[in-house]
Amino acid sequence: MAGCAKRCKQGLVKCVLSLYKLVTGTLNKDKIDDDFELSIVCHRPEGLDKLEAQTNFSKQELQVLYRGFKNECPSGVVNEDTFKQIYAQFFPHGDASTYAHYLFNAFDSAHSGSIKFEGFIMALSTLLRGSVREKLTWTFNLYDINRDGYINKEEMTDIVSAIYDMMGKYTYPALKTDTPKQHVDAFFQKMDKNRDGVVTLDEFILSCQEDENIMRSLQLFKNVI
Amino acid sequence: MASGVAAWLPFARAAAIGWMPVANMPMPIAPTEKNKRADELIVLNVSGRRFETWRNTLDRYPDTLLGSSEKEFFYNEETKEYFFDRDADVFRAVLNFYRTGKLHYPRSECITSYDEELSFFGIIPEIIGDCCYEEYKDRRRENQERLMDDDEDKKDAKLPNMTFRETMWRAFENPHTSTMALVFYYVTGFFIAISVLTNVVETVPCGATPNTKEVTCGDRYTVAFFCMDTACVLIFTVEYLMRLFAAPSRYRFMRSVMSIIDVVAILPYYIGLVMTDNEDVSGAFVTLRVFRVFRIFKFSRHSQGLRILGYTLKSCASELGFLLFSLTMAIIIFATVMFYAEKGSTSSKFTSIPASFWYTIVTMTTLGYGDMVPKTIAGKIFGSICSLSGVLVIALPVPVIVSNFSRIYHQNQRADKRRAQKMQKARLARIRISKTGSSNAFLHSKRNGLFSEALELTSSIEEEQHLSKNQSLLESQHHHLLHCLEKTTNHEFADELCYEQSYLEGALQSYPSQSPSLSSQEGMTGTCCTRHTKRNHAPLPNSSIPTCALSHTHPHHNLQELSTIHIQPLNTSRSSLNMRVDEPARLNCQSGTITTAIISIPTPPATTPESDAHPPPPGPTLQNVVKVSAL
Repeated sequence: MAGCAKRCKQGLVKCVLSLYKLVTGTLNKDKIDDDFELSIVCHRPEGLDKLEAQTNFSKQELQVLYRGFKNECPSGVVNEDTFKQIYAQFFPHGDASTYAHYLFNAFDSAHSGSIKFEGFIMALSTLLRGSVREKLTWTFNLYDINRDGYINKEEMTDIVSAIYDMMGKYTYPALKTDTPKQHVDAFFQKMDKNRDGVVTLDEFILSCQEDENIMRSLQLFKNVI
Repeated sequence: MASGVAAWLPFARAAAIGWMPVANMPMPIAPTEKNKRADELIVLNVSGRRFETWRNTLDRYPDTLLGSSEKEFFYNEETKEYFFDRDADVFRAVLNFYRTGKLHYPRSECITSYDEELSFFGIIPEIIGDCCYEEYKDRRRENQERLMDDDEDKKDAKLPNMTFRETMWRAFENPHTSTMALVFYYVTGFFIAISVLTNVVETVPCGATPNTKEVTCGDRYTVAFFCMDTACVLIFTVEYLMRLFAAPSRYRFMRSVMSIIDVVAILPYYIGLVMTDNEDVSGAFVTLRVFRVFRIFKFSRHSQGLRILGYTLKSCASELGFLLFSLTMAIIIFATVMFYAEKGSTSSKFTSIPASFWYTIVTMTTLGYGDMVPKTIAGKIFGSICSLSGVLVIALPVPVIVSNFSRIYHQNQRADKRRAQKMQKARLARIRISKTGSSNAFLHSKRNGLFSEALELTSSIEEEQHLSKNQSLLESQHHHLLHCLEKTTNHEFADELCYEQSYLEGALQSYPSQSPSLSSQEGMTGTCCTRHTKRNHAPLPNSSIPTCALSHTHPHHNLQELSTIHIQPLNTSRSSLNMRVDEPARLNCQSGTITTAIISIPTPPATTPESDAHPPPPGPTLQNVVKVSAL
């Protein structure tokens, strides 16, 4: 009975409102768009000297890097979509968005959703000019999606699938559905020393240091800038 | 290559370190920057206005004038700048294209001068950004139309070698071409007017003799009117026959609207001639005379306005049809209501629903003749509602017709838009080609790269420079990045053709038996088109390339590869690339056999293709290949 009365009241209110609208006309008031300012975050990096001290780059290199950064992101920060777009342009064959997502999370250590120039430069400094241990630690953080200190098979499968996605559909030999899984198994075979199903940072670093290929390829991009 | 984000290539390459622990194979050597110099500013002097930019900015688009070595032709040694004797304002847009990657069209520029500048600097107009592309295309179309109009005026000049028939047709279609045509045009117009006037005056009662009733002029001066009618019809017949003779396609002419109007205009006369004596069909004869009024439509050849009106009505036929339908619905509803409302009253004119239709139509169109009026109160109420709603319903078609009339103006532009859509597809196709060009560029350069890598080791510096000129540094770095990805995943990029071929062959190779699978793996090796291999039983010079890949470039890597072959089943040898990973047991024995194959012939394939550019003697190649297949 109470519910019925409540429904009646609601119906009545609706009726009155619709009648009121009929009488006064339903001109929509202009939406208050002014509040919704385009949240243009303009971020300026710290001074050149400070950055030079913090990273392993020279002033000229920082200048070149910043010019390229600012050209693509005039607001001074990269958000994930822009990041994905930029990265996808280098891999026209396949779909680079998943891997770009993981990369973005690796760069965005503070998990703020956007990368500022400082963060960008720090990561680049580690990757290009850092010590072997630093590079491997960064790579470990890339693989460890949930940041729990362990790489398990699911995380690694995600990463490897993302890498295979970048290859695209037309590959030689043709990609099979279990190719990533095979790759992950081989990886764990190599890295997981104590066969506990997860790879810790120490296991990772140790295994990589044992592999000459990996060691050599880590030095590949020394002269990138 | 994504030239716009070229600045981010170092970042992409650095991020490639993330793949390294996952990869099982050694990575290719990074391209070195032999001529690396610090980025310098170059000065572009365009008609006195100096623009300065980084050299790297211009290098982003190597297939344009400024990005290629073509600009060296414009280099001024004394002033150490590049001088272009071109328009400086348009050059601003061109230079901004290099800076931002987007080409804009400055609206204040003339379209032809802009096009000329773009073609001078080697930029295709299709890459104009979406913000300016519509404007650009519109202006271009306008310009073309203007030029076409000029051409048409020139076309009116009499072309030589036109047959009599063609001349006549042109005279009919365009009366301004010659005086004869103009005379003909006016004469026919005059006779149409006369004919219509005759028809009208024929029915006017003129002068009555005192004792008889009034007669129409037609009955009074029968002979005169008959002669007039005959003359007009003769003229029209002659004109029709002449048009029929001159028409380039008689069948099409006979189907056209104007020709049908002509026929309908003159036919009643002839039918009347035939049937005058028979009294029974005189009723039909009278009806036929009605058709004489269609002669007025012959004026549409003379009047552009009539044609547009006819076109308008034709084009908004669907809207009018719908409105007619809704009007019919309203009429039926109100007629029914009025009939039943007025049923009770005595001597009501609303005898049936169809009879009420007349009342409803007259009321809704606010005519109100007054021959039928409701008497009951209910009838009056519904009658007033009917007239009010009629006002609303009648007001609806007017904007439709008006908007359609203005739409006729844009009607011919719709044909152009359709043409533009085709151009849009062509434009997208061109952009897509240039984009796939970048991905195909990698495949192409792989083919060339294998060849050039072989040369790199032994060729001199000049030859290397010559080779590297084919690829900008940016491109080579990008290709190195893609190559690293290939190595990480142990798969190669292929184009669609190869993929389908290998897919088909992969489907064929589902038999688990050992030797056929081996030999069929040779088949897969043989048919991949990106590697230019042929079936192995036919050794050709091209097969030197796979052996190049087999030995894979640098000598100090060779030993490494041999050792890695021992460690891992996935080795870099040619046939191993075709091995499926799900056969580890067989892989081991295969790898064993293949390593022996490689080890047994380490040096000849390793050095001969590298030492000379010519294909190695088919002997060792064949041997190598045969060994694999035998195993």
